[in-house]
Amino acid sequence: MLAESLVVAGAIFVLGTLGVIVRRNAIVMFLCIELQLNAVNLTFVAFSRYVGIEGQVFVFFVMTVAAAEAAVGLAIIISIFRHYETVNVDKFNLLRW
Amino acid sequence: MAELLFYVFAAVAIGGAVGVVMSRSPVASLLFMVATLASTAGIYVLLEAHFLAAVQIMVYAGAIMVLFLFVIMLLNLGHDYERDIRGTVAMVVGFVVTGAIGGLLAWQLGGGTAGLSTNLGSGDAIDAALREHGAVGAIAYPLFTDYVVAFELTGLLLFVAIVGALVLAKKAS
Repeated sequence: MLAESLVVAGAIFVLGTLGVIVRRNAIVMFLCIELQLNAVNLTFVAFSRYVGIEGQVFVFFVMTVAAAEAAVGLAIIISIFRHYETVNVDKFNLLRW
Repeated sequence: MAELLFYVFAAVAIGGAVGVVMSRSPVASLLFMVATLASTAGIYVLLEAHFLAAVQIMVYAGAIMVLFLFVIMLLNLGHDYERDIRGTVAMVVGFVVTGAIGGLLAWQLGGGTAGLSTNLGSGDAIDAALREHGAVGAIAYPLFTDYVVAFELTGLLLFVAIVGALVLAKKAS
């Protein structure tokens, strides 16, 4: 089941990357980053079955970091929304020429 | 049976990921994301990571996704149905980048997995730990012995994240 899991994880990671690049809604971009983290977690779990329990410990840490990242990132999105009244990243043009 | 279940979960996970990227409404994206996370938890069970499957459902599909939904509702984006997919240039860039990543992954997986499986053994590396300590103990034992420093630092990280989120989301006075 290792190879199949790696294929699924690769597909989910690629879809997450595509979402980050093509979407404009900041919250959906953020969801796609979570999708990428989830794909990497799946890879860790798939390998941990063959290598040892350390992979699962690592997934535990990745989940904690993802939770912290979600809290801070959503706070940043709320704070940007207060300024621009939108979450469309094309409208965040303060540093554009 | 396990094989069949795996393919069902894999199909739901990939379909959900496509839905996250394609759906117009952020709420629909989020619900597709929950489907992906739940079926990934199913794959975790099949890969003998029972504790992580439970944590995935409770923390990821439960707490984090509810946090996202809460922010979508707070910012009143639930009826934001206009297409927000970028123009041709970004589409081309996106497909080139994802094609490169996907091609590299397919190249690696297409050639290498047979050798990979024989190098890694038969898939019973984790069974001994599970038999000895149980599903929770197997992950708790290394977590509180070898990785206890990292575990404590994780607590510190969560504390900093809470303070940072409060400071960032607070109204400027």
